[in-house]
Amino acid sequence: MIEQIKIILKSIRPELDFTSSNNFFEDGLLDSFELVLMVTELEDTFKIVIDGVDIIPENFKNINSIVSLINSSKKR
Amino acid sequence: MNLTFHNKSITGILTVLPSKAINFDDEIDNYNFSRAQSMKLKLAMGYKQRRVVDEDVCSSDLCIHGLEYLFEEKFLAKDEIDALILVTQSPDHFMPPTSNIIQGRLGLKEDIICLDINQGCAGYIIGLIQSFLMLEQESINKVALLNVDVLSSKVSNKDRNSNPLIGDGASVTIVEKSIIPSTIHANIKMDGQKADVLMIPAGGFRLPSSKATAKLEKDSSGNERAKDHLVMKGDDVFNFIMTKVPPLINSLLEQAQKDIEDIDYFMFHQPNKFILKKLADKLDVPYEKMPNNVVENFGNASGVSIPTAITHNLQEKLIHDEANLCLAGFGVGLTWSSMLIQLKNLKFCKTINY
Repeated sequence: MIEQIKIILKSIRPELDFTSSNNFFEDGLLDSFELVLMVTELEDTFKIVIDGVDIIPENFKNINSIVSLINSSKKR
Repeated sequence: MNLTFHNKSITGILTVLPSKAINFDDEIDNYNFSRAQSMKLKLAMGYKQRRVVDEDVCSSDLCIHGLEYLFEEKFLAKDEIDALILVTQSPDHFMPPTSNIIQGRLGLKEDIICLDINQGCAGYIIGLIQSFLMLEQESINKVALLNVDVLSSKVSNKDRNSNPLIGDGASVTIVEKSIIPSTIHANIKMDGQKADVLMIPAGGFRLPSSKATAKLEKDSSGNERAKDHLVMKGDDVFNFIMTKVPPLINSLLEQAQKDIEDIDYFMFHQPNKFILKKLADKLDVPYEKMPNNVVENFGNASGVSIPTAITHNLQEKLIHDEANLCLAGFGVGLTWSSMLIQLKNLKFCKTINY
């Protein structure tokens, strides 16, 4: 799962290194519109539906938080 | 706040859209983002094409075009209009009210109430609420509700957050007293503490437009806009919609003692496709019952997006048949509002070009 998340992050911002950041938003690696891209890619890849109220920077701030969100999201 | 209205009905809806269309693909190089990334966003958000007016076209022009069409087609007579309610964030002038200008240019009777309301994405429902309230008066039998915005010129063409989705347009909705007993349920809430989430900072009396307010500034994401331009705080707007709108709809259904299955269509304001899909998921509404095709075809013209969704998707059905609709508008203010209304055998339900 972690490797797939890294591939998605790389596809959204190929020029950036996400592995050295613990907060993608505070470090300026992602903004709210890239968050939309993240959500659509994660939903397609993992066949999940992410609840709208969960689409907040806190849940996407690093790879661990994204893993938690995927695990808590409902399966399609 | 819960509201209930009795024996009122919508008898016709006309949407007026500018003929000029701008394609997202043609503007993609304006933005400080890679083409590949913008194309991905295009799919998710539904960016495709939007309709905009030429520089010299104002709100009154679109409304007059629509009303003249209704007069010519004999759907409406000038003397029938007892009240002209205009909902817009883009008046022709600070003063006089644009509704008075429309009354004058069309030669409508003096025995009329003209009223401008400054509202945006919830403006269709607010206009309907005001129309129903006016119809409580014995001397008011027919209201022409005009929703219009021409905000495309107030958006920076280097702002990828707002520019690809803002369109211009107008609608004319005829609201009347009904002899058939009916009940319309609505609810509305406001939070002025978050008024800065969607705003045009300069151009009013607080901060008049000047050379300084026209200067483009780059934000942390790379978008460029001036204080004269519309600012939308995307994170805050999204969070507001996701946390406030689903409970609003559930509360309305409870108030009306209806279930999701009792509603034929959920005609919501259309900020973008992604948000509408998320709302449909949250409310367990099938996507086909909540059309999300206004932004991709015409752009988001604030309070005009709900009537556009209706005339674009339900034209034939509402003339020959009936449908129970749940309307919802949410945005500037902040304001969020919803309404359950049955539309049946409309005299007209159409989209025309300007």
